[in-house]
Amino acid sequence: MNITVTLNGTVRTAEVRPDTTLFDFLREQGCYSVKCGCETSNCGLCTVHLDGHPVLSCSVLAVRADGHTIDTLEGLQEEAAAFGACLADEGAEQCGFCSPGLILSVLAMARELQNPTDDEIRHYLAGNLCRCTGYQGQLRAIRRYLTERKEASRA
Amino acid sequence: MSEAKFVSRAVRKKDAQALMTGKPVYTGDLVPAGALTVKLLRSPHARAWIEEIDCTAAMKIPGVVAIYTWQDVPQSRFTTAGQTYPEPSPYDRLILDRQIRCAGDPVAIVAAETPEAARKALDRIKVRYQVQEPLLDFTKAKDNPIVVHPEENFRTLCDVGTDASRNLCSTEQSEVGDVEAELAASEVVLTRTYHTKANSQSMMETFRTFCYLDEYSRLCVVSSTQVPFHVRRILSNALEMKKADIRVIKPRIGGGFGAKQSSVSEVFPAFVTRMTGRPAYLEYTRQESLTNGSPRHEMQLTVRIGADRDGTLRAIDLYVLSNAGAYGDHGPTTIGLAGHKSIPLYGGLRASRFSCDVVYTNTMGAGAYRGYGATQGIFAVESAVNELAAELGIDPSVIREKNMVREGQIMPAYYNELCGSCTLDRCLARAKEMIGWDEKYPRRVLPNGHIRSVGLAMAMQGSGISGVDIASVEIRLNDDGFYTLLVGCTDMGTGCDTILAQMAADCLDCDYTDISVRGVDTDQSPYDTGSYASSTTYVTGMAVVKTCEVLREKILRQGASMLGVSEEEAEFDGKRVWTADGREVSLSEIGYASFEGHNRCLSASESHSSPVSPPPFMVGAAEIDLDPETGEVQVVDYAAAVDCGTVINPALARVQTEGGIVQGIGMALYEDVWYNADGRMVSDSLMQYKIPTRLEAGRIQVEFESSYEPTGPFGAKSIGELVINTPAPAILGAILNATGVAFHTLPVRPEDIAMAKKPSDC
Repeated sequence: MNITVTLNGTVRTAEVRPDTTLFDFLREQGCYSVKCGCETSNCGLCTVHLDGHPVLSCSVLAVRADGHTIDTLEGLQEEAAAFGACLADEGAEQCGFCSPGLILSVLAMARELQNPTDDEIRHYLAGNLCRCTGYQGQLRAIRRYLTERKEASRA
Repeated sequence: MSEAKFVSRAVRKKDAQALMTGKPVYTGDLVPAGALTVKLLRSPHARAWIEEIDCTAAMKIPGVVAIYTWQDVPQSRFTTAGQTYPEPSPYDRLILDRQIRCAGDPVAIVAAETPEAARKALDRIKVRYQVQEPLLDFTKAKDNPIVVHPEENFRTLCDVGTDASRNLCSTEQSEVGDVEAELAASEVVLTRTYHTKANSQSMMETFRTFCYLDEYSRLCVVSSTQVPFHVRRILSNALEMKKADIRVIKPRIGGGFGAKQSSVSEVFPAFVTRMTGRPAYLEYTRQESLTNGSPRHEMQLTVRIGADRDGTLRAIDLYVLSNAGAYGDHGPTTIGLAGHKSIPLYGGLRASRFSCDVVYTNTMGAGAYRGYGATQGIFAVESAVNELAAELGIDPSVIREKNMVREGQIMPAYYNELCGSCTLDRCLARAKEMIGWDEKYPRRVLPNGHIRSVGLAMAMQGSGISGVDIASVEIRLNDDGFYTLLVGCTDMGTGCDTILAQMAADCLDCDYTDISVRGVDTDQSPYDTGSYASSTTYVTGMAVVKTCEVLREKILRQGASMLGVSEEEAEFDGKRVWTADGREVSLSEIGYASFEGHNRCLSASESHSSPVSPPPFMVGAAEIDLDPETGEVQVVDYAAAVDCGTVINPALARVQTEGGIVQGIGMALYEDVWYNADGRMVSDSLMQYKIPTRLEAGRIQVEFESSYEPTGPFGAKSIGELVINTPAPAILGAILNATGVAFHTLPVRPEDIAMAKKPSDC
């Protein structure tokens, strides 16, 4: 069946099977930043934005995205650059495999929560697993990113 | 070498920009169009004989290109352990074997045009098994009538005490002094048995490999591996091919932690490409990575400690039984670290003994996981010392102050190596301050009834495998005066490409951005055993230092010759070669000149192997919050004071430490590989195999108490593995201090604590 989506700002129509996941569809469309780390909706690596909200693309059927807007890291480069720089300064990307999913969750969180506490950040991102960093460097990077973002919005 | 400018600075990782923007740099992102999808049919039985396989129906599915079974594959046994030849791990595998030895053993390889066709084919292959009783309990494996490896072509390359007829993968015993006499003379002897489970590395990128025939018709293997050069040899063994016909490339890796020190996924797509001539890609599911990966060895460890009542340790006797599972990858070597990297933490022992058996069972074959046996050994020895302290009524930090190894001591249980750099005493003092030990030890009860308590442990590891690991690098001067650094070690997210460039920049007095790093392609990179055994910083780093020294001499010679003077009359300062009378030639000019009309392209390549493996040390202290009603434990604070020698990149070293500690917290409290009565793994997804989320990680403080290791590059030792070793004994020590109950089996679950018999109940 055919679906039409706005993917990273471009309208695309594609043939998908009824059981094609959004994850498989996005990889087929060349969005290689989207990664898979489990098959059980545990890891958060495949997080993308559906109409601006974070979803696990492994747990959404491609047909459900028909008529909607999808953004992956490929399409959010400008918005993601500031947080990416914070992560890199902390060395908190390590292997980097979970980074695109984390970045998309953090961007969504920054839009959604005003002045989150460390605990609120941990809860918001609890579904984004990372095996390398122990999460501490990510938290430092998030704190710095949120502070800089706030200062930039005041300026 | 001038004063360090990039070493000890937290520069960004060389690959940070690509990773932060989601560039397609991992194996799965690079698969060529038209590659066949490879999938494996796996046995549901833990032990069985394949009587018949019928692929007729499966082959009729449109898009299925080939199905291979045990009858189709080479019959030479090999090991998938990535180790230096001759490998201590027995050659006990076939690509596909008629005898099934663990649930999930591969039965057939399917290659199809699409994933859907491959999946359908798996369902249509009919297999008739003669199901056999499995051997699942590793404590009953030795001399059990069920023999896991009865085959005649089982073989070993090294004498590690293997006897397959007894299910014995290897055995070892070593003794320093007279242990029995010292134990008999001790005022107290504490005997305890501990049990650590298999653990899955659970790197976020599962095992994956694609293969194709390149423009020279050679088998090109692109794989997420820590050991490209070992993979070349393993594939040559498995496929009965000439090594000269194989090329292995490592792109970016999504984590390894030792899992990818075994050739888990490579042989299958390599076989498909060899048979079909077509590109082929195999990506393990998370379930396959959990059920048939290369996890930590399950071990049972019995510690006997002899001490005097004042807390002076006299002797340690450690016996370890290790479960290799179905295959012996890393079995004979992981076990050694359980003794040789735990007992030497105590410097004043009059005697020590380490003995062990590694046994085969019908559970998943184990492999290498960060810490590599040291983790299990340190858990047992440090837990026993915590229990001894409690029994003697001595503060566990005081018993360590009294007995810990000190710089300058010879370590008899550590191959008689000199402890040449060690700040363990400072690490202990610092960790106690960081956690607030003196105020918090042993426990306090909060108004809500929860107990807050503290526990601590010491740890060590090695820095590479002494006398075995080899690292080579090549550095070339290019036109315009920039350098190319070719390495054979594998950056798996650890940042070694970056820290090696930092070292090279300081050795060559240039900017960090003037060093382009490239790894790893076995056709192009200089030989390196690979990234394991905490070797990269220490061993490959030293190869960088040596190579730079030679290259500097060559640059000086070239520059001097361009100036028409002798080398003695000129100097090289990183930017130019100059003379006292004010003449100079720039590095850029030297670079261009070296590319024109003579026989002196300026490059150098040196190798390094170290006769010693200096241990990094650390102390970890945990503060826990324990709910006595539910038994739930939360690590609220963790203090780590680390001696890894000179810290090359403080940001990366800190993140490594934090990550290792959280993996250790997982091992202590959550991560459990377990099987049903038939030997099928229950913990086969991240739902059941729970790794810590950021809610379980708590606060982690890291500080470095650096010693200076004279044999290491810039004084550095290693850090990668060390940092996983303290959480399990420190957290169990805190639980002991909270409840008075000593737990001996990992992980300690809330129900274990809530239902435990308290000493006061007795």
